[in-house]
Amino acid sequence: MPISLSYLLAASFFIISIRSLSSPKTARLGNLLGILGMFIAIIATMFLINDILLTSLAILLGAVVGIFFALKVKMTSLPQMIAVFNGLGGLSATLIAIAEIINGSSALLDNTIGLIIGAVAFSGSMIAFAKLQGLMSARAITFPLQQLLNLVIAVASIAICIMFIQSGNIELFYWLAALVVLLGFLLVLPIGGADMPVVISVLNSYSGWAAVGIGFSINNHLLIITGALVGASGAILSYIMVKAMNRSLLSVMLGGFGVDNKTSSASSSEAKVAKAGSPQDAAFIMENANKVIIVPGYGMAVAQAQHVLREMAEDLHNLYGVEVKYAIHPVAGRMPGHMNVLLAEANVPYEDVFELEDINREFSTADVAYVIGANDVTNPLAKTDSSSPLYGMPVLDVEKAKTVFFVKRSLSAGYSGVENPLFFADNTIMLYGDAKQVTAEIVNALEEK
Amino acid sequence: MTLLTLLTIFILACFVGYFVVWGVTPALHSPLMSVSNAISGVVIVGALIVAGNTASGSAKILGLIAVFLASINIFGGFAVSQRMLEMFKKKEKK
Repeated sequence: MPISLSYLLAASFFIISIRSLSSPKTARLGNLLGILGMFIAIIATMFLINDILLTSLAILLGAVVGIFFALKVKMTSLPQMIAVFNGLGGLSATLIAIAEIINGSSALLDNTIGLIIGAVAFSGSMIAFAKLQGLMSARAITFPLQQLLNLVIAVASIAICIMFIQSGNIELFYWLAALVVLLGFLLVLPIGGADMPVVISVLNSYSGWAAVGIGFSINNHLLIITGALVGASGAILSYIMVKAMNRSLLSVMLGGFGVDNKTSSASSSEAKVAKAGSPQDAAFIMENANKVIIVPGYGMAVAQAQHVLREMAEDLHNLYGVEVKYAIHPVAGRMPGHMNVLLAEANVPYEDVFELEDINREFSTADVAYVIGANDVTNPLAKTDSSSPLYGMPVLDVEKAKTVFFVKRSLSAGYSGVENPLFFADNTIMLYGDAKQVTAEIVNALEEK
Repeated sequence: MTLLTLLTIFILACFVGYFVVWGVTPALHSPLMSVSNAISGVVIVGALIVAGNTASGSAKILGLIAVFLASINIFGGFAVSQRMLEMFKKKEKK
């Protein structure tokens, strides 16, 4: 009884912990409450078991490894680390399910659920990690009959599931584990780099549902409550990401986006001319502006330009009294909220950073929109051209600003393969070059006078 | 506990999760992922019970590995969340 109550307490702390993330002011306290909840859960469980020595040792070892990587990881590599952690959580659930079955657990169905979800979360996360880390091509990897193969494996897995639940034959359980791990690999292979925010969220969700499965198998309400919380969190984030990219979850999961429509409208671009400017021109226009909105995209993070960008914003504000804000599209980074973290790391005050729906109407009162490393999320075709693959995607209305600067290496299309007509608009000036270098030259020009 | 009790807990927890997560500010969606990742490491409870109550054999070893992996998840997840949230401290404007 006291142990059940401790579990209830731990679950309550987890709920409050997530709730505290509603504001940056309470968020750190929330994280501490989460740690407290976990501490209670582990200590309470220690009263239920005989072998405290070896288990404590395993916890300690995990703590050292986990903290080491958490302190070492660069914020740009955050998504792949979350992917790995997710995968380990999934693998842990998988191993528990197998150990339970070896020990003769009668909860065949519950352990099967824990095994399947955990194993897919594990192998899927490993592929997501390899793609994000650049160990394998981030592009969608497709081959003939891929979806048919996935279907065959899925059907075979279900058949083995049913056979196992009827017979309890442990060898079938191993086969199931192997097949599902393979399925996890195959499911994430055809998904391209820019769809990773969705994939990571889905895998995050899986690791929660796997915990629910284990919770049912060992009759534990803490695992069920917590698993449902995490599962809901991942599911909602997936929904938000999918909406922000104007895709359906099904089309992301089937993959292959950005492979076929690469060169669709390349020929028409030759006739149009884009205006190019120098960083000095940009500095001159921005220092005479009243209001500048910066639109950072993942390209900015790749170029490591966030620190120099913050310098530019500070110079504009401190030396010239310009009002500077940042506008963030939900899929600006490689995972939900990634861009906010990258800007926060560069010491951009979070009060200056705004989400799409909060800042979109302000572009019409802005003198300058400074788009750095972003493309598709500003494409006005999403609002006007119903034949465009981007049509319906929420975009930032940068074209409403008096002057739009695009910091970009070339006029090439974005990830979607769709050309951006904004490059050729009358109020657009292209600043060709590396995002970090261009911004650094603007900073120099601003500080010269 | 009966299956019905567990199912009731599960469904109610889904509703709680739904409302709590929608309340999270989009700026903190990355910390949300890492915190929820850390607390999903609560499967360590299941791992501890298997590993701690099995005398020996493959189930014991698998259980101990599961404890180790879930522990990485927990400590790594909370540590990286803390690192991120430190960056969201209010900054005094110069």
